[in-house]
Amino acid sequence: MNQIVDRSRDIGEFVPQPDDDMLVCRCEEVTKGEIRKAVHDGMWTITEIRRYLRTGMGLCQGQTCARLVKGIVARELGISPAQLEPATARSPMRPIEMKVLGKEEVSDTWQ
Amino acid sequence: MAVKNKADVIIVGAGIIGCAVAYYLTKKGKSVIVLEASDNIGNGGSSRNGGGVRQSGRDPRELPLAMYGIEKLWPGLSDELGVDCEYHKEGNLRLGKTEKHLEILQGLTERAKACGLDVRMIDAKEVKQINPHLSDEVIGASWCPTDGHANPMVTTLAFYRKARMQGARFITGEPVKRLRKVKGRLREVLTESGDVYEGDFVLVAAGYASRKILGTVGVDVPMHVELMECLVTEAEPPMFNQMLGTAEADFYGHQSDHGSFVFGGSSGLELNNKDEGAKNSPGNAAITAPCICRGIMKYFPELADAKIVRTWAGYIDICQDGVPVLGFVDDIPGLVVACAFSGHGFGIAPAVGEQLAMLITEGKTSVDISGLRYGRFQAKI
Ligand SMILES: Cc1cc2nc3c(=O)[nH]c(=O)nc-3n(C[C@H](O)[C@H](O)[C@H](O)COP(=O)(O)OP(=O)(O)OC[C@H]3O[C@@H](n4cnc5c(N)ncnc54)[C@H](O)[C@@H]3O)c2cc1C
Repeated sequence: MNQIVDRSRDIGEFVPQPDDDMLVCRCEEVTKGEIRKAVHDGMWTITEIRRYLRTGMGLCQGQTCARLVKGIVARELGISPAQLEPATARSPMRPIEMKVLGKEEVSDTWQ
Repeated sequence: MAVKNKADVIIVGAGIIGCAVAYYLTKKGKSVIVLEASDNIGNGGSSRNGGGVRQSGRDPRELPLAMYGIEKLWPGLSDELGVDCEYHKEGNLRLGKTEKHLEILQGLTERAKACGLDVRMIDAKEVKQINPHLSDEVIGASWCPTDGHANPMVTTLAFYRKARMQGARFITGEPVKRLRKVKGRLREVLTESGDVYEGDFVLVAAGYASRKILGTVGVDVPMHVELMECLVTEAEPPMFNQMLGTAEADFYGHQSDHGSFVFGGSSGLELNNKDEGAKNSPGNAAITAPCICRGIMKYFPELADAKIVRTWAGYIDICQDGVPVLGFVDDIPGLVVACAFSGHGFGIAPAVGEQLAMLITEGKTSVDISGLRYGRFQAKI
């Protein structure tokens, strides 16, 4: 956390790999190659990757692909996956209709 | 001190403003170091906003920047940065349901027109032609055909990406503690970690945190911070491409290229709301998202079944008089300020970036930003 990172550190060139077409985030249809390229574009954290490519932003909110994405980014940066913070989980944890969310009980404090 | 920490310009804060200035400066061949407190580029308001790129509703002092950006910079931005920023220039509807609403809209419209903006009042029938999904309760709107929206997260990161490609050095996890003058000129930036960075110019673009940082050289921008919130639905079939707002400002938003609807809004209790967030991330107040949903359903009955997949919150740095503080500061040569965006810094970010880069390299801007200078604040008597 809050580690000083110089984003100009040399991580080498992007080298195409045979499985770059592999779908990693199924909800948002993001491939391994796109994730690897994003790292070379400067997206060095899970949060940046997510905001840049939408990985983990779909219906499952990253429950399927989070670990895979982490592994790919870590390898590209030459660091351990443990050094990468997971993206922030956001409420509601399951998709919920507007008409349901809009109908919450108003507590006494705010009346 | 190590020479490696020297550059023509040191920028404090890698939000969209810091990233945009870094892009335009490196494009002009300047060396730039950007210091960012967070681990993530653009983790402040820049990745949390509603994506509105609007001129209507803006103060006459800010309007020239907004109009310039929309005319000259936004249309070519995706090509220039090499990333699709999802910019749409397909108009803004500000909706009204009551006579009182229409009065508010009329006032805003008159003021913007006087500044040369193409904005006009339209009746219920014309509103429906532009957006057939709206509730029949809408009786009129103001319509600005050149307003629009873009993807804030991608646009911020696109400026960062291109600036980095052009040689800007970004350092994350490096919070700035204070500024220091050397022989009367602001030259040094000191960080929490003990590092010292040195530049011919120092730009402070750290959102609300700018207040504390600028305070270390005696500059005090009168602003406060408020929590603002947004929500996003799952992808829906394409419905409309305009940006939307309401006279009461109860919600605003648009449908993204992805199909999801991004809506922002407030509960009205923002000044005293509870921030239920965790470290590094402001959190939503429990009452706000439901309130935004109720606002949306009043205008878009069809969306009642749309599912919310995420909600989030962000801080806005609200200036005493509602417009940003931009430019040089008298008495402190070398210092450039860009903060207090008051909840509308995304739409003007490309123009701010380009103009401040011009100010730093040429000593002047081509768009009049004199109404936004730091020296404008005075006690009432
Ligand atoms: C919910 C919401 C909705 C909004 N909707 C719109 C909209 O529709 N249209 C519009 O135009 N605007 C909108 N805004 C406003 C807009 O997001 C901001 O005005 C804009 O992003 C400001 O950019 P910035 O770079 O100045 O600030 P930020 O993005 O906040 O960046 C400041 C950066 O400085 C860093 N920093 C802080 N302290 C330090 C330190 N000590 N050292 C180094 N770095 C530091 C922060 O970590 C941050 O990354 C909205 C804002 C919010 C929160």
